[in-house]
Amino acid sequence: MVPPLLQVRGVTRRFAGLVAVNAIDLDVAEGELVSVIGPNGAGKSTLFNLISGLDRPNVGTVHFAGQDVTGLRPERLAALGLARTFQHGRVFGNLSVIDNVLVGAHVRLRCVRPAVPLLGPLIELGLAAWRPAAVRAEEQSLRADAEAILALFGDRLLPRRDQPAYSLSYANRRRLEIARALALHPRLLLMDEPTAGMNESETAEMQVLIGRLKASGQTLLLIEHKLEMVMRLSDRVLAMDDGQRIAEGLPGRVRNDPAVIEAYLGHHALGSAEPVA
Amino acid sequence: MMINQLAFGPWLDYTVNGLIIGNIYALLAVGLALIFGVANLINFAHGSVYTVGAYLGWASITYLHTPLPVTLVIVITGSALLGVAIERVGLRALHGSSRIAPLLATIGISLVLDQLVQLFCSPDPRALASQLPDLRIQIGRGTIGTLDLLIAGVGLVSATGLYGFLRYTKLGWAVRATAQDQDAARQMGVDTDRVNVTVFAIASALGGVSGLLVGMYYNSIDPNMSFDATLKGVVAMMIGGLGNVPGALGGGLLLGLTESYGIALFGSSYRNLFAFALLILILVAAPNGLFGRRRDLPPEPMTGTFIARSRPLRLPRALVAGVVLAAALLPLLPAPYLLQTLTTALLSALLALSLTLVAGTVGQISLGHAALLAIGGYASGLLALDCGLPFVWSVPLAGVITALLGTLLVFPALRMQGHYVSIATLGIGEIVTLVILNWTGLTQGAMGLTGIPAPAIGGIELTSVRSVYWLVLVLVVAIALLQTRLLSGHLGRTWRAIREDEVAARSYGVAANRYKALAFGFGAFGAGVGGAITAHLYSYIDYRTFDTTLSILALTMVILGGLGNVAGAVLGSVLLVSLPELFRAAAEYRMLAYGLVLLVLIRYRPQGLLGTV
Repeated sequence: MVPPLLQVRGVTRRFAGLVAVNAIDLDVAEGELVSVIGPNGAGKSTLFNLISGLDRPNVGTVHFAGQDVTGLRPERLAALGLARTFQHGRVFGNLSVIDNVLVGAHVRLRCVRPAVPLLGPLIELGLAAWRPAAVRAEEQSLRADAEAILALFGDRLLPRRDQPAYSLSYANRRRLEIARALALHPRLLLMDEPTAGMNESETAEMQVLIGRLKASGQTLLLIEHKLEMVMRLSDRVLAMDDGQRIAEGLPGRVRNDPAVIEAYLGHHALGSAEPVA
Repeated sequence: MMINQLAFGPWLDYTVNGLIIGNIYALLAVGLALIFGVANLINFAHGSVYTVGAYLGWASITYLHTPLPVTLVIVITGSALLGVAIERVGLRALHGSSRIAPLLATIGISLVLDQLVQLFCSPDPRALASQLPDLRIQIGRGTIGTLDLLIAGVGLVSATGLYGFLRYTKLGWAVRATAQDQDAARQMGVDTDRVNVTVFAIASALGGVSGLLVGMYYNSIDPNMSFDATLKGVVAMMIGGLGNVPGALGGGLLLGLTESYGIALFGSSYRNLFAFALLILILVAAPNGLFGRRRDLPPEPMTGTFIARSRPLRLPRALVAGVVLAAALLPLLPAPYLLQTLTTALLSALLALSLTLVAGTVGQISLGHAALLAIGGYASGLLALDCGLPFVWSVPLAGVITALLGTLLVFPALRMQGHYVSIATLGIGEIVTLVILNWTGLTQGAMGLTGIPAPAIGGIELTSVRSVYWLVLVLVVAIALLQTRLLSGHLGRTWRAIREDEVAARSYGVAANRYKALAFGFGAFGAGVGGAITAHLYSYIDYRTFDTTLSILALTMVILGGLGNVAGAVLGSVLLVSLPELFRAAAEYRMLAYGLVLLVLIRYRPQGLLGTV
């Protein structure tokens, strides 16, 4: 049997006096879209940080593409094909839109970043100054690819490709964040609330985009609050509350799980109420 | 045996001395920590307040013949008012501007204050007699004087008062609330402006008093004491943990003791070396200080970028080419003084180009950049003097040595962020100077290097002003072009991504340390070459030739031109070096002007003349 692309086992992260993530297991198979839901403060973003190498778990392991990546630095994880977006958006404000996407493609720079130990950086500097044909060709193809990725967002980003990212609207910055992540050609894409702060039509647009990504075979791990979208897109759903897993499985089953309903509505008395969404 | 003497001899004196000086450091550090807490800012003007406090005390004793209690009241009031003025006039307007703006503003304020003190009170040291009867109490084999007791008393009273204030008064609560979360405090009705002013007043009062006490302790004050005080205060605060007030107390005492015992063991010229070695050690091993908590992930920036948002001015190629051509043809005019001035300006442009890359493009605000010139200058000078290498070999080799050594030295700072980088580079720069001073076997120590041969190419000495000018011009143009080319490729966007958001950049596979080191190495090469040529032109350099003032000046040039802007760095250097020269302004007014330029720029044109890139 092929092991899943991402395999999280018993991951726990404690902050002073608080267990933010408590013994979470999570699998994501190639081509799957798995969503993590839960109320604010449930530990979803912390879990993302643990998977993407921005934080280390106290206990537990993370395997990605068959290797143990627990506590690996984020740049190494990116090189292995893991990309993520951030909850509040962390685009590079003073970089142009296209440069933001090109930074996303950094790990795909091969020609100009020869994997030579010790002297590698110096060779890179030399190649960046000299720019032989192969280096120019690589930059050209990355640029073309970046434009193709911007085109996925219709005319939201492409016409603004030479503008600094700080001049974009909030929703466009979120889109750029996703474009940047896609430029890595990730094997697994982690999206932290891609529709946060978006209005209904923007959310619908995002839903179409994520659906298209999934259809194209992209493996996705999604944190999302908008349950309707989660239910429609996900293959499987993990529900968290207080750092714990409270339910996991097919969207329909998780949605009707009493523990999930209680976590979202917060009262036993409402346990019999109609499910959210 | 010296060690034995120490062991059985006046160890109590060393301890008392360490505790007393430590007390002073603690007073400085507490002020810095308070300010950092509420304003999220390392106040580089703190040492200047301390100096002003010392001079206030001196003036009041000399001219008004005040008794000690009155002197103290005058110093406390005056320093507190100065603190209020710094906050109100210098810093408040910068709320909401880019993150480095307030830090740079305090550097500018410090320059201005120091120069004003020099202008009004002469740069020479003044005696500041202790106003206490000179009694010494014998304890065992050591003694404690009345001044020691006064300093200890002031420290104790300040600490208790501060504790009471923060703990039991409403305003103290407001200070603590603001320190935890400025926005939340404001929403709960805390007048954060008032909190800021209060904190600056308290911190500055403590700073001023410590200046007075130190002056009395050594019976000497001079305008240059401010830089040292800022450094020691910052070091003490870092030992305790950035913004940790009780930690700052402990850090100050620990620093004082370390220095005192260090002097006892190795001699006083090593004093600062200990302080900075301790600083780097703390920064590397325990960046949150000895008493700090573990650092969490840096928060996701919602707004506010590191540097000011701007659209850089696009200079037409024809214009740049025209200016370069004009510069190349300039020696045809019979204006040797102008050429000499421009040569100096272009030499400093080599430093500015390096700094604009490191501080502007990669966002690592280096405050010790002039140390690279020193390394380059000494490397080339020693290669020429000791190994007999000709100029054409010693200069590029010095560049390579500077690149290697500079990158190696700055390595501990690569993984740091924001303020930590500035402090670390400041410390590393000081360490370079101190090593040059103390490594007499290699560098001739305080004597400096004399008789460095003049620049020569192919056996022909470049003696004319014209040929030296051309040499430096060619170098500046070459390095500027190379830097521009690097910035236009993948390195440019990668470097700038690290500046904008290191966490995000790393999440996309950018090995931040590698690219920071690359920028440092490339920049250090250029700066090293600049230092080397300077050494050959001057024929004499010593450990003070390339001092921190030069680092600050370079930063001003870079900001004037626009952070990260290559053409801007050259323009900034030419303007800042040649304008005062051409107007033949006296040196002290020059420094004052630099400080004012820096302040005005940060306030009204943070993106500089040509815009940040």
